[in-house]
Amino acid sequence: MNIVVLAKLVPDLVEELEINDSGTGLDMTWLRLIINELDDHAIEQAILLKEKSPAHVTIMAPDIEGVDDILFTAAAKGADRMIKILGDFEEGMTNHALSRVYANILPDLNPDLILTGVQAHEDLDGSVGPLLAAFLKMPYIGYVAGVSIENGNILATKEYPGGLNAEMSATLPVVLGIQAAETPPRYVAVSKVRQAMKSSEIEEIEASELDASGSTLVERMYTPKVGEGATILEGDLEEVADNLIEIFKEMGVL
Amino acid sequence: MSTDVFVVIEHLRGKVNDISYVMLAAAREISDATGGEVLAVLLGSDVENLGSDLAANRIIYMDSPELSDFTSEGYQQAIAAIIQERNPRLVLFGHTSIGMDVASLLSVNLEIPLVSSCLTISSADGTLKYTSQLYGGKIMAEGSLSEPSTLITMVPGGYNPEDGQSSTAAEIIAVDPPQFEGLRISVKEYIEPEAGDVDISTESLLISVGRGIQSEDNIEIAEELAEAMGGVVSASRPVVDQGWLPTSRLVGKSGYQVKPKVYLALGISGAPEHTESITGSETIIAINTDPAAPIFNIAKYGVVEDIFDLVPVLTEKIEEM
Repeated sequence: MNIVVLAKLVPDLVEELEINDSGTGLDMTWLRLIINELDDHAIEQAILLKEKSPAHVTIMAPDIEGVDDILFTAAAKGADRMIKILGDFEEGMTNHALSRVYANILPDLNPDLILTGVQAHEDLDGSVGPLLAAFLKMPYIGYVAGVSIENGNILATKEYPGGLNAEMSATLPVVLGIQAAETPPRYVAVSKVRQAMKSSEIEEIEASELDASGSTLVERMYTPKVGEGATILEGDLEEVADNLIEIFKEMGVL
Repeated sequence: MSTDVFVVIEHLRGKVNDISYVMLAAAREISDATGGEVLAVLLGSDVENLGSDLAANRIIYMDSPELSDFTSEGYQQAIAAIIQERNPRLVLFGHTSIGMDVASLLSVNLEIPLVSSCLTISSADGTLKYTSQLYGGKIMAEGSLSEPSTLITMVPGGYNPEDGQSSTAAEIIAVDPPQFEGLRISVKEYIEPEAGDVDISTESLLISVGRGIQSEDNIEIAEELAEAMGGVVSASRPVVDQGWLPTSRLVGKSGYQVKPKVYLALGISGAPEHTESITGSETIIAINTDPAAPIFNIAKYGVVEDIFDLVPVLTEKIEEM
């Protein structure tokens, strides 16, 4: 089983996000980037599958600051091959463009199973999984929280609203958009990542020319006014707690 | 160029999902401005009756055994055939487990641009514009919708679902399904949610914990407050993914929609996947250390404070009452 996981870096939402001077994107200068959380679940799912039955796991990510950390961390978790895609990804990278780049590279890797996060919080033009599936003419199942292999087919648990799940079967090769791995992404100690840095290598592949057609131009980006509707309760802890109790009483829940 | 707006109706197990009505409400507003028609696109097997309350000018209905369960391939081929024949100005999908799967496939296969996470669509001087919610609801993006056609996945919150419902049934246009080719995905079974000890969708007081709770042990502070007040503890996705609380307590896109009298959000940032399921609450109160957390946009009352400082004080005061 040849598994390829596609990961990307996105802004850490814990940080304050600022708009750039042109007003059409984020100011990337001081932005802290982290792995897209759902891509981290996709990596975990790949490692879990490898632990159950023999598999070769490749992790691929565009070359954005911090990518080496992601790839070595995946190596420390058990990934076999790490690939960094070189190209001008810092500005204006859309999912249509990124998926075309992946679609040019992936056939050479002969994947049976391609996993990626079902979405990222910066997606404005669809998500990488189904776009890529369309370019590669592979089947796609998104919102997956559980994967197993049965008689050469994939079994994926797809989530619907209200806690309803559908067990779906698909032939290989297939692309899956992961919402959650069966168990949360494992923690790896920094010492293990350092070890992986010494013992493993990151391969580099040059991206084909970026083609963003099918994605959408942003004419204006802005921060919504926060707390417009909310009355912010001020004061020390005692005062705030008393205020809350009054509100609870008014609402009839106390 | 057509000015018609198509709405792909999402339904599961005999029930139309709320997002479909939200999209119909959006489509109605656009077509009022542009003069186009609203056409609901209803796909399935023996589901014609689901069209009865859709606020559309007409319903394009395609019936086929291949469409009895949602699969991205079956829907993709069916919708592609409909779009190619009728060239609508816009096609609206839910930004959901159904719509997100199929809209991206269509964007590539039909070479039509796609806009995701759209909250509202506006029309000015003949130009249609989108406003989308990005970065967990912390940033809004705006731009023009490409001509002649654009595909859109919509999030709830911008339109009232009641405006997408109608008491009179729209005319149904039955269309033949295409010759389905090479379907590689099938549904083996549906798995119903495990019945929990409580039904959070009917509780009147929810003490809900998010990523800010930090560890399984810390959930105790929410449990103590819930016990003192007679409420129930629920959670956002990260908490359930960690296995700290069962899925029966999950509020959000893949979990439950809730409508309590009071929804107390502890350390929940307010990502759209979560907030779309709590807007039916009478009063939302949020406690979060981040003053820029989007949860404060929909909360009636907010406290910018560490839950580990405030909640124990609150619990103690209530216990002493």
